[in-house]
Amino acid sequence: MKGLFDKTFWGLTIGLVAILILNIFMADWLRGIGLQSLARGMVALGLLVLWRTGLISFGHALFFGFGAYAAALLQRIGVTDFFLILFVGTAVSGLLAYGLGFLLRRYRAIYFALLNLAFSMILWGVLANLEVLGSTDGIGVRPPTYLGIVLEGEANQIMLFVCAAIFTYLVAVATHLYLRSTLGHMTMAVRENEIRVEYLGYSAERAIHLKYIISGLVAGFGGVIMAFSVGHVDPDSMAYWPISGDFVFITILSGSGNVAAPIIGAMVYELIRSYAFEYAPQIWQLIMGGSLLLIIMFLPDGLWSLTERFRRDKA
Amino acid sequence: MTTVLQVSDLHKSFGGVVAASKINISVDEEEIIGIIGANGAGKTTFVNMVTGYMPPTSGAIVFMGQSILGLQPRDITKLGLTRTFQIPQVFLSETVFDNLTLAFGIAERSGWGLFTPLHTEERAVTVDAHIERFQISQYRDMAASALPQGVRKLLDIAMATVRRPKLLMLDEPTSGISVEEKFGLMDVIMNALREEKTTVLFIEHDMEIVERYVSRVIAFYQGEIICDAATAIAMQDPKVKEFVLGQDKYNADASGNNGHA
Repeated sequence: MKGLFDKTFWGLTIGLVAILILNIFMADWLRGIGLQSLARGMVALGLLVLWRTGLISFGHALFFGFGAYAAALLQRIGVTDFFLILFVGTAVSGLLAYGLGFLLRRYRAIYFALLNLAFSMILWGVLANLEVLGSTDGIGVRPPTYLGIVLEGEANQIMLFVCAAIFTYLVAVATHLYLRSTLGHMTMAVRENEIRVEYLGYSAERAIHLKYIISGLVAGFGGVIMAFSVGHVDPDSMAYWPISGDFVFITILSGSGNVAAPIIGAMVYELIRSYAFEYAPQIWQLIMGGSLLLIIMFLPDGLWSLTERFRRDKA
Repeated sequence: MTTVLQVSDLHKSFGGVVAASKINISVDEEEIIGIIGANGAGKTTFVNMVTGYMPPTSGAIVFMGQSILGLQPRDITKLGLTRTFQIPQVFLSETVFDNLTLAFGIAERSGWGLFTPLHTEERAVTVDAHIERFQISQYRDMAASALPQGVRKLLDIAMATVRRPKLLMLDEPTSGISVEEKFGLMDVIMNALREEKTTVLFIEHDMEIVERYVSRVIAFYQGEIICDAATAIAMQDPKVKEFVLGQDKYNADASGNNGHA
């Protein structure tokens, strides 16, 4: 009703500006965490898109890993430009989702979730066993060039962060517009009543397929960012099933109220994990599990529901 | 008079069970037809076949001069043949307004147009006018799950008519509605549909409703049509009396005997 410029748009814009300013003063390690948060946040955004329809994927590392490996392999065949790699890596992840979607659109609930897991483990198996793809050791990823400009060390990290932040912002805004569209709202409709959607004149399966493609694109985008952020891709940290679990963790932590939620959630997740690992290396998994438990018990709709609680209190 | 729907020799069997056989129906423009029959007579099966929900084993279905056999419900919906359900099929957690906004969104947009915003001021005006037509304005912002059954039925019908269908099939519009409410509900439905000149075919068990709103009756019994006639004639038909109304001579005698005993 307010066109493009609604509260979410301004919120995301302010967030982008803030993060770009912070980037200047940020310590190296924090920038690393920031980059990985953006990458994981994008995959969680892909899950949010599905979750709005009541679907969850236990295998979104599939697209994350696919995007990351696409970036590494593009470099290997001589493509160095960041923007080109980002674009192609995202696009091929979307293509993968398009193909798999023909099968997945027919499944719901736990079957949908586990079928995704199965596909992600197939990818993991292929990556771990193919010598040309570096098997379990993976492949190194060099710093990219930016429209011909070569940057090394911290300058590259800063540039990478700026680009990642801007593109994440654009993807989040685009996803927000999708969720507000007729097609995006069909999300709710499909979750609630597929028969009625059919009898209103649209295919519930097609709505899910389109959603799956969008989800795959966004998650693949996250994978490309991750590959450049870590400088290395390998099957265990890109496509193995616990990685998919991390994304589900972030999605539950964030809540599905807004496209900004998974990005914020991913940052919180990275911070908890970094500090837990730093100060309690013996029991960090316990801390992660404990935080998930607390979230489910006290904030079942995720961190984003805090904003709604705040708004209610004010009203 | 234009023929809206022409069904010929429709047959449906599930394994050895025959759910419909030799169904021949021709529906003219602006007719109001009642389908009656006992439970399991094949009424809903008929509606399911015509609207593409289940394919017939054999036969032909022609809607507005075009064969719709084998088409999906969504394609048939787009051609102008819609239906409602015995149990209202709505989006329960959403408000009446949001239910209808989405219904209009899907009806008004296709292809890339589906990526345009759902909530626009223009669409809100259309939706409110539609809500007004079905006299459910006071429930506009209430979640569908919280609605009284009669209002939910109206919402279901309102959603089925956003495309201004040529032919609407109602599956038991008054089931689950109290006796005091049923005529009021039917008046609202029929007035709204008459305004749009919609042809209506509805399944009904309540003979008071049938006699009051319908000009022609089609009676089903064990998958076959046993009577297709003007309402007054159909109500006097011996087969209808025996198999549908249950006022056959044995029952009549039985009640008579009870009186003596």
